[in-house]
Amino acid sequence: MIRVVLPQHLRTLAQVRGDVELDIDGPVTQRSLLDTLEDRYPMLRGTIRDQVTLQRRAFLRFFACARDLSHESPDTLLPEPVVSGVEPFIIIGAIAGGW
Amino acid sequence: MSKVRVLVGTRKGAFILTADGKRDAWEVSGPYFAGWEIYHLKGSLADPNRIYASQTSGWFGQLIQRSDDGGTTWHQPGTQPAEAVAPGPPRAASNKFVYDVSAESGRPLATHQFYDGTQHPWEFKRVWHLEPSLADPDTVYAGAEDAALFRSTDGGQSWHELPGLRGHGTGPKWQPGAGGMCLHTIILDPSNPQRMYIAISAAGAFRTDDGGKTWKPINRGLYSQYIPDPRAEVGHCVHHLAMHRSRPDALFMQKHWDVMRSNDAGESWQEVSGNLPTDFGFVIDVHAHEPETIYVVPIKSDSEHFVPDGKLRVFRSRAGGNEWEALTRGLPQSNCYVNVLRDAMAVDSLDKCGVYFGTTGGQVYASADAGDSWLPIVRDLPAVLSVEVQTLA
Repeated sequence: MIRVVLPQHLRTLAQVRGDVELDIDGPVTQRSLLDTLEDRYPMLRGTIRDQVTLQRRAFLRFFACARDLSHESPDTLLPEPVVSGVEPFIIIGAIAGGW
Repeated sequence: MSKVRVLVGTRKGAFILTADGKRDAWEVSGPYFAGWEIYHLKGSLADPNRIYASQTSGWFGQLIQRSDDGGTTWHQPGTQPAEAVAPGPPRAASNKFVYDVSAESGRPLATHQFYDGTQHPWEFKRVWHLEPSLADPDTVYAGAEDAALFRSTDGGQSWHELPGLRGHGTGPKWQPGAGGMCLHTIILDPSNPQRMYIAISAAGAFRTDDGGKTWKPINRGLYSQYIPDPRAEVGHCVHHLAMHRSRPDALFMQKHWDVMRSNDAGESWQEVSGNLPTDFGFVIDVHAHEPETIYVVPIKSDSEHFVPDGKLRVFRSRAGGNEWEALTRGLPQSNCYVNVLRDAMAVDSLDKCGVYFGTTGGQVYASADAGDSWLPIVRDLPAVLSVEVQTLA
């Protein structure tokens, strides 16, 4: 079970409280995690990555295991503690980008 | 008894203000979509319970919200589980604004002039304005930054660009104003479903007579010193357009500087700034029952975006321009330094006509007597981006 921490505004959009828990078939990567997340919560499409290019939105960052994974390839395997559910995959807004 | 519903978009959410026809006691609900920039909300004339909202954020991008019950509840069209299994457009395409560059119907993604004068590729950023069809609540137009016009015919579930505007050919001469290169005004001609007007900062005004397939710049008579040829066909920073439903060929314009009018559907423009203290400003609107009565809020200058002399004054002309009177009763006349943004004024259709506007200081003012006197409905909202009014039976 993968745990995903969403920023407050995306929790509101998805109507969830606390962490989101996802079951992912196959390799656990940023791409498969976000595919699964958006499939379960379609209202989040376009809010984390561009709907067409699938590029991460500029003012969002991906953290896990005290590391910044934002610039990793979306097809790189996520760290084992994330895959095993020990550590969450954190989607967080950068300290910029709004009013 | 009639009722009025005022839809307010702010930097940090939406608010809905309601009153009966007397317009002297208001209920305030909100914030809706708290923390998000709500560039615009607008209700359908065909179904007043249908309201569309443009919700946007520097972090999370563009969302479209829809209410089918007059603003009590909202949803992103196409994202509900029940809709997900239905045939039709793809799920969650309500925030998918993609320029049409297809070989079949689209136009190539050209470049526009950037702030520094270099060419810059078109990039979708947000929706500034939503304009529901006059007849069909499921059809709605969206004006985007970077400038383009989109249309939905399924209640906002999916959007398709009308690429003839962006592909007009003058795009490389368009440039962003201070707020971005936005298509901020959409006016539908009630007498001719094929005709509509749009305005872009800073490209100018355009008209289509074939339902959006082709577009014509309608900027003859505009004079703008901030472009190399002040009388160029495009490049003018038009801030807002207004039209009275009974006279769809008469248009009013607040330009970066200059208040203008056209009597021939935009073919030519004449300046009607007259005795205004300054003719810079953003909003312009027309009285609901008097097509020659118009309203503006002069702003000091393009580098000082606040009202002149610390006085918040609406100016009204009953002659379609040139002769203006200051309306001040109930408005602050000292130490006031707010702005009134381009979509932040609206009128109701009651008798007497109600006039409403919102400020960057978070006040929403209402006049129930066509501007003779004003009262604040609310004083301390986040900066107001847009104000629209629904007059309900």
